[in-house]
Amino acid sequence: MEWLYILMPIAGVKIFWPGLIILGIGVGIIGGFFGMGGAWMVTPGLNILGFPMAFAIGTDIAHMAGKSLISTMRHGKFGNVDYKLGFIMLIGTVVGFEIGAQMVMWLERIGSVEATVRWLYLFLLAFIVWMVFNDVAKKKKKDREAKAAGREVDPLSTGVEWHKTFHKIKIPPMIHLNVAGIYCSAWLPIFVSFLTGWLAGILGIGGGLIRMPSLIYIIGCPTHVAVGTDLFEVMISGLYGAATYTFKGRTELVAAIVMLVGASIGAQVGTVATKYIKGYGIRIAFGVAVIGCATSIVLKMLPTYIPEGKFFFDTAATVVVLGVVTVMSLYILVKMLQGAKAEVAAKKASMARQAA
Amino acid sequence: MSKLWTKIIGLVAMVALFLPEAVLAAGGGKIAPLVIVADTRKLEGLMAWWANLYNESHALFTALTVLLIPTIGVVFGVIADIVMTHIGIDLKSRELSEH
Repeated sequence: MEWLYILMPIAGVKIFWPGLIILGIGVGIIGGFFGMGGAWMVTPGLNILGFPMAFAIGTDIAHMAGKSLISTMRHGKFGNVDYKLGFIMLIGTVVGFEIGAQMVMWLERIGSVEATVRWLYLFLLAFIVWMVFNDVAKKKKKDREAKAAGREVDPLSTGVEWHKTFHKIKIPPMIHLNVAGIYCSAWLPIFVSFLTGWLAGILGIGGGLIRMPSLIYIIGCPTHVAVGTDLFEVMISGLYGAATYTFKGRTELVAAIVMLVGASIGAQVGTVATKYIKGYGIRIAFGVAVIGCATSIVLKMLPTYIPEGKFFFDTAATVVVLGVVTVMSLYILVKMLQGAKAEVAAKKASMARQAA
Repeated sequence: MSKLWTKIIGLVAMVALFLPEAVLAAGGGKIAPLVIVADTRKLEGLMAWWANLYNESHALFTALTVLLIPTIGVVFGVIADIVMTHIGIDLKSRELSEH
């Protein structure tokens, strides 16, 4: 079975290449569907496949850039990417990320920050989960009230509408974001991107996990546009990250390319699935994925308090992450296949009617 | 005015993108200053050339990586597009799902 292993020219380790493809498919599906890079899923996966940690992050970022490009292309064709918003947010993201990361280094010099950062991350994830499910509950309540009052249920309605309050801030320059259908102060996306970039810098993550809900709840993007625009951001930051990590000699391009083979399929599946799963379906699934991510962080924190259980908790964290990736990918894949089957059948029926 | 804004934003973004080393903490903090040398003894052909390039010039290695990744992404993306269009999936439109 030697042919199932490929020698990585830079890292010098033999890797089970079908594993890389499967990992690529899984994170490609989830990334294309939720609009995030998914470093929290890939890094433990690469580690399990035998990648040295020094190369896992750089390789992950390199493949993330290619994968996000594929997803952005597809979302762009669906009209899900607001490029103007993406470029405006890029400034705040870069500046915020830099300040956040520099702040961590400064905090490290005066004392250990690891525990604080993890607690902050956990608090943030808990807030995102609450926000998503509170939004879902409010929408359901609205729908129930409409039904009780004998009104027609608006399928396009939303639950939480905090963005309407933020849109009342009229500090010039005001901008029209045509794709997202928003008219607001330019300072709103700049401030949001700065804040999410700063948090991402402090937490040492890509930021898609925070940016996607921020685009929905603070800026007021429809879910699909939030996903597409966030992927555009991930693509740019991924290329930038790939450049810095490669320059430091920490990227295994061969592995990134093998992963891209799977990710290109996965990214298309995830992106096309957004056609068939409506906005609130995406929000609920996103909430569940964040719960998975939060659980893995809790498990990683536990050895600090129970050192004898380190092996068990680390293994459990990896199992949770890979379990979430598998279950989510399968759910999205099945939904995409069902939707595509129905679409193709409808097309055929329409053609048959026209022929008759 | 909005065009001027777009241009300024684009310019700042490009400067940040093309000067990766200027942004010291990219990728979540500095990594350890450890020099890794690729072992080329067991490699042949393209793989050996790639590993040698890594050992000789990180700058060229980086430039090629940054060029290759989007190119490969586009190629795979286009192939997947062709396959999906062939299956009969409409890849150009979707229904509006919320306000």
